[in-house]
Amino acid sequence: MPDVIMPRLSDTMEEGELSRWMKQVGDEIHKGDVLAEIETDKATMDLEAFDNGILEQHLVAAGALVPIGEPVARIGDGSNIVTGSAAPAAPTAVADKAAVVAPPADAAAPVAAAAPAPAAPAPTATPTGELRTSPTPTGELRTSPAPTGELRTSPLARKIGREHGIDLHTIAGTGPQGRITRTDVDTAILAQASVAAVPAPTPAAVVPTSAAASAAADSVDVPVSRIRAVTARRLTESQAVPHFFLTSVVNVERLVDFRAEVNESLAALGTKVSLNDLFVRASAVALRAHPEVNASWGDGVIRRHHHVNVGVAVATDDGLLVPVVTDADQKSLGAIAVETRALAGLARTGGLSLGQMTGGTFTISNLGMFGIDSFTAVLNPPEAGILAIGAATDVPAVRDGVLVSLPTVKITLTVDHRVLDGAVAAAFLRDLVTLLEEPLRIVL
Amino acid sequence: MTDKVVPATRTITYRQALNETLRYELEHDEKVFLIGEEIGVFEGSYKITAGLLEDFGPDRVLDAPIAEEGFVGAALGAAMLGMRPVVEIMTINFSLIAIDQIVNHAAKMRSMFAGQVSIPLVIRMPGGGGQQLAATHSQNLEVWYAHIPGLKVVAPSTPADAKALLTAAIRDDDPVIFLENLSLYSAKGEVPDGEQIAEIGKAAVVKTGTDLTIVSYSRGTTTALEVAHQLEAEGLSIEVVDLRSLRPLDRDTICASVRKTGHAVVFEDDWLSYGIGAEISATIGEGVFDFLDAPVRRVAAAEVPLPYAKALERAALPSAADLARVVREVLNISSTPNDK
Repeated sequence: MPDVIMPRLSDTMEEGELSRWMKQVGDEIHKGDVLAEIETDKATMDLEAFDNGILEQHLVAAGALVPIGEPVARIGDGSNIVTGSAAPAAPTAVADKAAVVAPPADAAAPVAAAAPAPAAPAPTATPTGELRTSPTPTGELRTSPAPTGELRTSPLARKIGREHGIDLHTIAGTGPQGRITRTDVDTAILAQASVAAVPAPTPAAVVPTSAAASAAADSVDVPVSRIRAVTARRLTESQAVPHFFLTSVVNVERLVDFRAEVNESLAALGTKVSLNDLFVRASAVALRAHPEVNASWGDGVIRRHHHVNVGVAVATDDGLLVPVVTDADQKSLGAIAVETRALAGLARTGGLSLGQMTGGTFTISNLGMFGIDSFTAVLNPPEAGILAIGAATDVPAVRDGVLVSLPTVKITLTVDHRVLDGAVAAAFLRDLVTLLEEPLRIVL
Repeated sequence: MTDKVVPATRTITYRQALNETLRYELEHDEKVFLIGEEIGVFEGSYKITAGLLEDFGPDRVLDAPIAEEGFVGAALGAAMLGMRPVVEIMTINFSLIAIDQIVNHAAKMRSMFAGQVSIPLVIRMPGGGGQQLAATHSQNLEVWYAHIPGLKVVAPSTPADAKALLTAAIRDDDPVIFLENLSLYSAKGEVPDGEQIAEIGKAAVVKTGTDLTIVSYSRGTTTALEVAHQLEAEGLSIEVVDLRSLRPLDRDTICASVRKTGHAVVFEDDWLSYGIGAEISATIGEGVFDFLDAPVRRVAAAEVPLPYAKALERAALPSAADLARVVREVLNISSTPNDK
């Protein structure tokens, strides 16, 4: 004889509570007798017997929640009567099952409660009302480390990583809970752009801990901006590069006149060309003529670049930035002037995109406006050369037997010796000086 | 370059901007009339209608009995017949008495009658806490109306917007819920002279920035700007988007801003759960997921009926300090000591 099972008493019913037994073990059962009362999601209904016989066993205790189809009682010929003992065992198992399905009803409450959980390091504990600010991810997410291999990244970091072919698994996240954010990917991209042979330290390693020296009362620790951290790391890398310096004095008499002439004709357009723009353009022209200088040290190879992209070092409040004038050899002086000014403006307002700061093949650093006579610039890896430009200075010179005042500028080329030897670099610098001294050739 | 004549501006209060706009519309369109409790002889609980009964008479400025359902219904009927009523409900809290007229009738008629009628009805009402008016008189129920298709809901944050949006609301052929805020009535700002008509459904970037976007509206925008300028001094570049219109919602402007900044915090005076911020968050998640560098966070009122006691009330309302703290959290910047 089959067991009596929990019937489906309504369309939406998934389980029923056997609220009360109406027949006891040992009772004689007739088809149609009410065995028990079942409470469903809709109503309390009778559980009727479909067979005649003796009620041999209650399989669940009164009050148990029983899923549809599970047996609740056994009707037989009276030869296997089981009282008491079996009944309590069954409901326990059934109750466990019920608990598994129950949570959805409760789900809202635990979420709300998660925010102010004491374990959470989140500083959201506000004086009143748990939900005044939206909860940060739940407690477990905050405290437990991400399972191995599972990446915690921002969508933006994933997107940028995808676009630049960065494997996010190789990056250490510095965001909340170790999340990889845009900062981390940007740092990785800059690292990738630098000398491949030098293993890049993890981004975390370059960010100094503010606690380090804060004990000293007579000093103040200034937190390092992202720009400064990257600058520091890259310049440190640059010191591992064997390099040398070449200095030339440029007679800029004609260059200054030329600039005045150009600006006169550009005045109507509202554009102005600076001496620095002339240096950018002249360097680009010289680089095009000396492809061996427009190069970088790659992984065991010297990489000569097809494009001449000249970076211009810009001092900002946050640190040094080097926006890049791409294809500078193919742009007019006016175009370079406009672009450089726009890039410098963006650099100072923090609006430069990563694309505007990468891809340089040569860099110009100009401290002339600060009255520096001459200086040596640190290489901007992986580029093979950087040109340091000093201030225009009047020097006495003898021309046709007469003492005259001559405006000059000292320029110093720093060279990656792995890429270039002295003679090759000198030839480049000589041609550059000639261009600057015969400025019409700059625009030809 | 400046062929367009830039209108002269005057610095006036939000209250004055509303008063002048009502006056201008009463003068220029005989179909416009005002109705509400105590708006005539008493000149309005918040003096928005000062001087209007005297100048336009009781046919244009109607003192209604204390029966919100009645006078909103009357205005609705007048609107169906072509009038342009501007209803004042003393505060948004009392609009609940009239909610059937607003939600079941004003919002539905154009659609249910197949466009045979339009409802050029404006319902002005202030919301907001902070005045020790206790729980039932201090609510921000904007989502109740922003949820309803068929309504337009605007919430200006400045005197200039109060003028331009109220003008637009009165001239709009659909019912417009015009949300004011008790703490904004005395706020001053420059207001251009002459007719100014805002486009309902356009948000405004009221401050540009590159690091994070704060989205807010009404009173919240003034706090957001205050925080943005304060953080600017610390080197953070914060953009502030003032929604101006809660329905229709200008999702494009929100998404364009977050696309640029990668970070967003919503500052709202309503309660967190199911609030304006929830909708903004979802909009950002759906629109610019790939540009998010951190989860969108919300700063809202504590989930309690607003307490009457001053200290408790202040603690329950979202503050500038709360906003600054959450902005720093989103940007993963540790707080400065003076920020508690």
